Parts: sequence; structure tokens; C-alpha cells
Amino acid sequence: MNAVAKPSMPTARLVTWGGFAALLVVAPLLLSSSLALNILSQIGYLIIICLSYNMKLGQGGMLSFGHAVYTGLGSFAAVIAINYFSNHNIGLPLVVVPLVGGLVGALVAVPLGYVSTKKAGTTFAMISLGIGELVVAIAMMLPDVFGGDGGISINRTYGQPLLGVTFGPQIQVYYLIAVYCFVCTALMFAFTGTPLGRMLNAVRDNPERVAFIGFNTQLVRWYSFIISGFFAGIGGALAAINFEIFNAADALSGLKSGAYLLFTFLGGVTFFFGPIIGAILMVLASVLLSELTSAWLLYLGFVFLIMVMYAPGGVASLIMVNVRMAHFGKLRRLWGLYGGLLVTGVVMMLGVAALIEMIYHRQLNAGAGPVVQYLGVPLDTGAVTPWLGAAALAVVGWALMEGVRRRFARAWSTAQEEIESEIQARGALQ
Amino acid sequence: MRTTFKLVAACASLALAGGAFAQKGETVKIAMIEGLSGPMGNVGTNQFKSWQYVASQLNATENPAGVKFEIVPMDSKSSPQEALNLLKSAVDQGIHYVTQGNGSNVAIPLAEAVGKSNERNPGKEVIYINYAAVDPASTNEKCNYWHFRFDADTTMKMAALTSFMKDQKDIHNVYLLNQNYSHGHQVSKYFKEGIQRNRPDVKIVGDDFVALGQVKDFAPYVAKIKAAGADTLVTGNWGQDFTLLVKAMNDAGLHIPIYAYYAGVSGTPTALAQGKDQEVYQIAYNHSNYTGRMGELMKGFKAKNNDDFYTFSVYNALTALSDAMAKAKSTDPVKVAAALEGLRFKGFNGEDAQMRSTDHQLQLGMWISKWQKVDAKNSYSLENTGYTFAPVKYLEPFVASTPTTCQMKRPGK
Amino acid sequence: MEFFTISLLNGLSYGLLLFMLSSGLTLIFSMMGVLNFAHASFYMLGAYLAYLISGVVGYWPALIVAPIAVGLLGALFEQVCLRRVHKFGHVPELLVTFGLSYLVLEVVQLIWGRAVVPYGLPEQLQGPLFSIYGTQFPKSRAFIMLVAVLMLLSIWLVLTRTRIGYIIQAALTHPDTVEALGHNVPRVFMLVFGGGAALAGLAGVVAGNTYVTEPAMAYAVGPIIFVVVVVGGMGSLAGAFLASLLIGVIQTFAVAIDRSLGDLLAGMGMQVTASGGLEQVLRLTVAQVAPILPYLFMVLILIFRPKGLLGTRET
Repeated sequence: MNAVAKPSMPTARLVTWGGFAALLVVAPLLLSSSLALNILSQIGYLIIICLSYNMKLGQGGMLSFGHAVYTGLGSFAAVIAINYFSNHNIGLPLVVVPLVGGLVGALVAVPLGYVSTKKAGTTFAMISLGIGELVVAIAMMLPDVFGGDGGISINRTYGQPLLGVTFGPQIQVYYLIAVYCFVCTALMFAFTGTPLGRMLNAVRDNPERVAFIGFNTQLVRWYSFIISGFFAGIGGALAAINFEIFNAADALSGLKSGAYLLFTFLGGVTFFFGPIIGAILMVLASVLLSELTSAWLLYLGFVFLIMVMYAPGGVASLIMVNVRMAHFGKLRRLWGLYGGLLVTGVVMMLGVAALIEMIYHRQLNAGAGPVVQYLGVPLDTGAVTPWLGAAALAVVGWALMEGVRRRFARAWSTAQEEIESEIQARGALQ
Repeated sequence: MRTTFKLVAACASLALAGGAFAQKGETVKIAMIEGLSGPMGNVGTNQFKSWQYVASQLNATENPAGVKFEIVPMDSKSSPQEALNLLKSAVDQGIHYVTQGNGSNVAIPLAEAVGKSNERNPGKEVIYINYAAVDPASTNEKCNYWHFRFDADTTMKMAALTSFMKDQKDIHNVYLLNQNYSHGHQVSKYFKEGIQRNRPDVKIVGDDFVALGQVKDFAPYVAKIKAAGADTLVTGNWGQDFTLLVKAMNDAGLHIPIYAYYAGVSGTPTALAQGKDQEVYQIAYNHSNYTGRMGELMKGFKAKNNDDFYTFSVYNALTALSDAMAKAKSTDPVKVAAALEGLRFKGFNGEDAQMRSTDHQLQLGMWISKWQKVDAKNSYSLENTGYTFAPVKYLEPFVASTPTTCQMKRPGK
Repeated sequence: MEFFTISLLNGLSYGLLLFMLSSGLTLIFSMMGVLNFAHASFYMLGAYLAYLISGVVGYWPALIVAPIAVGLLGALFEQVCLRRVHKFGHVPELLVTFGLSYLVLEVVQLIWGRAVVPYGLPEQLQGPLFSIYGTQFPKSRAFIMLVAVLMLLSIWLVLTRTRIGYIIQAALTHPDTVEALGHNVPRVFMLVFGGGAALAGLAGVVAGNTYVTEPAMAYAVGPIIFVVVVVGGMGSLAGAFLASLLIGVIQTFAVAIDRSLGDLLAGMGMQVTASGGLEQVLRLTVAQVAPILPYLFMVLILIFRPKGLLGTRET
């Protein structure tokens, strides 16, 4: 389980990072609507947050249910700092504020990390859950400190413009987030190659052995925890700058921690770029999917369950496995079967989704009449035909997909066997 | 009596609005940014349907401005950040009116965002209609020219309640139990201020706070209330924190009157009805047994949506908007905002309601109503439980009115 | 004296409810090392199914049928999902139960709506059982206490006096040996998971009409169950019992303490004048903090005694 990209030729690395940077720069010029800009900004800081979360989970094996504590307190630090700067006319520009958030995130992680990291595994998870609940409950009880129900709001255009940039318009905030995103991603990637990063992987895989060779597992975990808290704080601060509001109940909540967990896992915890995919999925799901259908939580739950059962490495592992196939030249023969899976899968999904939408409509929207708009086709939930039709579609689609899936599984394992024998052959040659 | 008065007034305003139809026939979109899924989803959905229904009624009949209101639902999932996203989306779509009410944690940042957006994007102004969020800050230290509140805030509700208590001679020892966050703190604070003014002889024998949504077992609190010798309980709790409290009081046999805020909200009547008769009073701008126009509204809504209509502030909001548009002879939000502040109109209680200019808080009347079984006079059964909130006493707008510290920044001044 | 007795009664009954909720979780955890995030969801399902069934045939049959139904669903889930994930390790197992909890919530809301459902007490359980110092103690709470104690007794009997109980106990620590002896250990796992789910369902049946039955009931009770299991000791049923009673009683008595940190300082002779945030911190009373005391316990126990009060194994 390699959380580090394979060390490859310098040009390949340059291309990847250069491409990433170029994408960050160019994206808002291609997708320039206000909504798109908003989505891109959110993806930007969520990438930082999910990567910092994966530092604990994927690299350290520490499943945390309380990551929102660090991101939330980073947001809190940012709003307090901005209000302080603008009230006292201190000339520190907005670009410095995320660092303040990061520092606070790290500072908080020092004591909390010390108590959390004594053990990994389930014990760690439970401590993180307990601490998370404690922090949010206490924050709600102290509205004078944490802003209460109305939250603490800021004006990010405080002070003097920096080289003509006021950070009022969303595009300027996006570029601030993009710069931080690039730098933090690079730093976190660099971390995976440092001795501490490698030791963290070792501690995840075999803590006993690490102790045998003389390293203190708790210290390794604790230091990584603090660094993760630093980046989490930066992410939280950028979130506060983006929305110009901090709300304790929302920013520190267990639901947010759960969302970080869910989407980082969906993106993939075993590869470095997995959380990046997770962040993109998180924003797309919560902004776009929820506008498309009221059953979005149900779909999300299903997808998550299927992913855990069949692809615990997440979307990233699915991509990498296919990249490996392609590398050995076996992907070509699977194209047809992939196509078949796609078509039959879509047929089944159309049926299932129609059923779900109709049920949701009857349950939630009875007052608007029995007809629900499904992909532009009106379905009358009062009549029998749509139900039968959708059910038939679902069953037929599923049966067909099963057929294709079996062929696919056979082809896949044949290809895998061939790859294995090739590798062995290469090994034998050396 | 009040309702015929209202009908006459409606006809009069229609007649007056005779020549001023510059905006007639226009469709006015109102974006409703509310939590339509998730934990508060059923309340949000009820309120969305309320907006839809009242809008459709007003589109069909009494509408001085002659416009068609269209309600555009936007699911914020009760998250302030989502709500701000949706506001940007609404501005992009050219919608000039947004409404929200379920939660001051959204209302306050939303009002501020609206102010900033209007400042930064002239020509794309938005008016924010707050129909249910009651944090006093929105019309005091955080007041905003573009925000208009149509529900009575906590200071007003407590002023009305303590005024009612002035004549309740058997109230001597009051116990306050509230949720431990801003709302609960405010209920406690303003009740104490109000009772000091109206009944200084009343003793506060307890002022307790429970962690929001965390308490499963209220029996210890009930024991405390009993030990303190309270004869009345005042609470701003909602949801589980309210229903479990009432159940626990029932279980322990503590039968003292409870004065509550949100006893009529979705789900609470069903939970209340499972106990035996409890003495629950509600302080709100409505009761459940209207006759006349409002009665028809409730029955029609129930027939169409199989749900209870209780967000009467929606009626006030749409009526006021319509009147303001007629007065301004336009649907341009800048002109409508200027017309809306200071506007006097007939509220759904038949009162002379006024949108106060200083802080954009609607001055309206309040009701004390009592939870009881339905009878001949009060026949509307809430959530099909066979129980209802029967009106006990009406409090005029001037009774409920409270002062403000608002120093509003007006555009162009 | 009066307040003390009443609080003790309340604390014990609340503690026994917590035990009912967490006994199944402890079993599953000691058996399979899986911390079942969906345990509170099974609790919710029990309440809703009991509402459904008691609407058709009455409460007392529902008391038997609903937990069995929930147990079957649990066993099904174990067979289809959990077993697949077992080989990936403990984290994916936890995550798959996490995903299940989302799903169960959505499905429950889909079928029964998002509002409270009128799942009421049957005639025989309404009203007070007795009165003590003028406060009534309701029959429904006494019934919960009875069911909880019976549950404890029967689990103990099954585990120590029956053959299947011996097998389960052995499989706890030596699953491979037990399998080598010819027992179907995966089936035993399924049985235990289903049994744990059934226990949670039973808790839901009796608590759903004593308290409130609505979709939020799972999230309201979920974290507390984990606290009980962790404080009691992962793997120990007696520990869970002790921890639930302890937490129940302490939380109940804490509500009665209206003293704050500021009072404590004043009592020690230090008058602290503060404003704003600091003042609020000093004014927080023990009573206000009572609902989060369990989380504090959990964190403290995990720091100082990760095995829990009576635990036999860690992680």
C-alpha cells in the first residue's frame, strides 16, 4: 500500500506538477460562471483539508472522527485574526491569515494529539469521536466566545489593497486559495518522502516492529498529527475567508468530520492523489447532486457502501489499477467489456433511480400532484405502468449487467495472471 | 368580525391600487433558501409548501400589485455555507427576492451576505425576507437595510408573554429551562427583563440550560423543577428537547402550566398528544382555529398537502410585498425596499401591522393559545391528533413592541 | 433525602436503558472486533418496526416479533456486506457499518417520513407504578428496567450455560482452533451479529414509546453507546453494565449541581471579575455540562486506562 507516487523520471514529475499548476490557473477562465467559481474555490481548500485528513488515515492508519475540530478552529482563528487586524488597523494582509489558521490548528493538535495518539486503531477513533463531541458542545455553550447562533462574520476586504488586489471579487479569492492549494499539496507530498513520513507508514503497517528498531511510535504519530493539524487549520481558514462567516455549530460538527471521512475514503486513501479526487467529489455531490435529486443522501450511502465492499482503495485505486493494466498493454481487450458494463449499468440505474425518485416524490411532495419529472420525462406515480416499467428496467439491467460482469471478471483475472507471469519472467531474467 | 374588517380593507386597498399597475402581470421570483432535506427537512418542506400555497392564493385573488409570485426552492441543507452558495446562484439567475427563516445561524450570515452583495453588485440587488428567524440581533446590532423580518423576535415574544402573565394571579414561582445556545440564552434573558417590568413580585426559582439535542432523559430536570417549588415552567425548547421534557413531566406527575415557544411546529403535536392532558400554552403570532379567510387557508392547505399550515408570517410577507410593489409601482428591489419600510398593512390577525423603519422589524400582534382537545368552537385537529391550540388571549402590537438599538446604514446616505 | 432517592431511581433506570442499548454492541465488539456504527440504527429500526407491527397486531406480539425481525436484518447485513469486508481489516469494517447507518436513516425516512410517528404505550404500561415523595414513577420506565435486567440475565445464562454459549466464548479468543474443531465459525459470527442487532431492536421497541420515535433518535443515542462500551471495557459485558449504571447515575446527579467554576473559585477566596467569553466559561455550571460528562469520561479512560473499567482486551 503505497501512499507515495512511484519515484520516476524528473520530467514525468515536472509534467504532473506543472499540469496541476496550469489547471489551477486556467480552470476559472474556462468555467467562469459565479457558481463554477464558487465550486472551484471550495474544491481548492477542501483539497488541502482532505489531504491533511489522509495524512492521518491513509499514511498513519489513524481513523479520526474529529477532524472538523482542527479545521473549525482554524476557521475560528482566521475570523478572530481578521476582525482584530481590521479593528486595530494592523497592516497584515489577508494572504497571511491562513497561516494564522494553520498555526492555531497545529497548536490545538499538540495537546489533543498527545492524548489521542497513544494508541492507533479503534481506540484512536473513539477518542477522536469523544473530543469532537466535547469541543462542539462546549463551543455552543459559549456564544460570547464562538459567536453563538449567528456566528462571527468578517469583511475580507479589510485594510489596504495588496498590490491593487482587494479580495472582494470571488476570482481574487479563488487565486489566493489556488496558490495555497498548490503550495500545501506540494509540501504534503514532500512530507511523504521525508523520514518522518516514511516512519509514519511503517508505524501504520507494523507498530511493533517499529518499536523494536528503536523508534517511539507515539512520537511519530504525534508529530504527524500536529503537521496534519497545521494544514487542516490552513484549509479551515481559507473556508472562513471564502464565506466570510464562522459558525461554531457548523464548522466543528461531527457531520463535517463524517463528510471528510466519507469523501476522503471515496477518493482513495492508499494513493496520494486520492483525497484530491475526494475533495472534488465532495463539492460536486453537495452542491450539484443535491440540486438534482432529493434522494442524494441515499445514493451517497449506497455508493459508499459499494465502494467499501468492492473497492476499498477508492476511486484512486480504480484508476491506478487500470493504469497498471494499460502499462502492460492489457487494457485494450477490456474496453469492450467496460463499455458493456457501462451500458447495462446505466440501464439498471435508470430503472432503480426512477423507482427511488417516485418513492421520494410520493413521500415528500404529495402536495404537488402525483407527477414527478424524471430526466425530463413526466412519470405519474399514481398509475401502475411507471412502477412496473421502472422495476422491469431495473431487473433487466441488473441481469444483463451480471452477465457482463462475469465475463469481465474472467477477462480481468486472465489479464492479471498474464501480468504476474510477465513480472516473474522479468524477475527471472535479472 | 376581524375577518370582515380585513375583507373590507382588502377591497379598499384593491380599489386604491386602481390606477397604479406599472408592474401588472409581471412574474416575481422569490428564491426560498431553506433546509429541505436533512434533519430539519420536514419543517423546511412544510414552509416551502406554505409559501407556494399562499402565493398561489394571492396570485389568484387579492393582489394589489397584480404580480404573479413564483417560489423557487433552493435546498441549503440547513448549512450557512450552502445558503451563501445558493444566494450567489440566485443573484446569478437574476432573482431579486430571497426568503429564509429556519434558523438564525443561517439568517444572520445571509443578511450580511445580502448586504455585501448589494454593495458590490449594483443592479443585482436582493431583498431578504426573514419569515421565522427570531434572534434579536438581526434587528438590533446586526440590522441591515435589505433585511425585513416578519416574525416577532424573542424580545417581542417575551414582552407579550410577560404582559399576559401580569393578570395571571396564580403565577408566583417561575422555572426557566432552555437550550444552551444563543436562542435559549435570549429567551431566559428577555423573559427575566420582561417579568421584572410586569410582575416584579414573581420569583425566578430556576434558570437552567440543557445542551442542545443531547439530553435523552429529562427526569433529573423534572426532579429539580419540583424541588425548587416551581408553579410555572417557561421554555424556549424545540424538537426533542421540548417533547421529551413534557413527557418527563407527565411521567413524574408534575402538572404545572408550561409556557412554550415552538409547541406547534411539525412533529411536536404528535408527540404531545401521546401523553395525557398537559397544560401547555404557546406564545406565537397565531393559534390554530381561525375562521374566515385564514380558516379557509388552513383547510385548503390541509386538503392539498395533508399537513398543517402554521407559518402565517408567510401571508404577512406576501401581502406586504404586494402592497409595497403597488406603492412603488415597480418590482425593482431598490424601490420596493424604500416602499416596504414604514409600510402599514392589514396583518392576518386583522391588526394594523407596520414594518418599522428603524429596524425593519414587523410590529404585529401575538396570541397566547392553549393545548386542548378539539371541541365545537375549536375544531381544527393538529396533525390529526384530535388536539388543537385554542386561542386564549390576543395581545395588540403595541403590547408586544420593544425598542431597538439599530443604527441602520441606508444606501445613498 | 427525597431528591436523593428520586435521583437514584432516575439514574438507575436511565443507566439500565443505556445498558440495553450497549449490550448488543459489546457482544459484537468482543466477538468480532467490529465497532458497529449502525447499532443505533438497529435501535431505531426496532422502534419503527414495533410501531408498524403493534398497529396491526398490538404491542405484546410486537415485543417478540420486532426484535427478531431486526436480528434477521442484522444477520443478513453481516452475510452480505460485513463478511466481504472482514479481510480488509478493522477500518473498512467500521466504515461499512458507517455507510449502513446513513442508508438505514434514509430508508426509514423514506418509508415513515421525517416527522415523529405516534408510537404509543399500550394500556397496561400507561400511568404511574408508584409514587414516592409525591413524584410518580411511571410503569413504562419500570418496564424498561425489568426488560434490561432480564436481558442481562438471559445473555449471561446463554453464554455460560448453553453449548452455543461455550462455542461463542471460545471463538472469542481462539476462532481458528474452534474452526479446526469443526464448528462453523462464520455462522457463529453471523449469529452473534444478528443477536446483537436483535438486542438493540428490543431496546428500541421498549424505549421508542417511552420516549420519542423519530429519525433523529439514532443520532441522539449513538455516541453515548460508544462511550459506554469504551468506558466499560471493550469486550466485557459486566463492564458495560457497570459503566452504564455509573454514567446514568452520575449524569443524573450532575444535573442537580448548580455550582460553576466561578463559584468554586469564589469559595476558595478568589474573586474573579471577568467579562464576555471568560465570564461565560466561569459561569458554566456542572448541571449544564452534565450531558457531555460521558464524553469527558471516555477521553479520560482512554488516556489512563485504555482497557476500560473491566476490559479484557484493547483495540
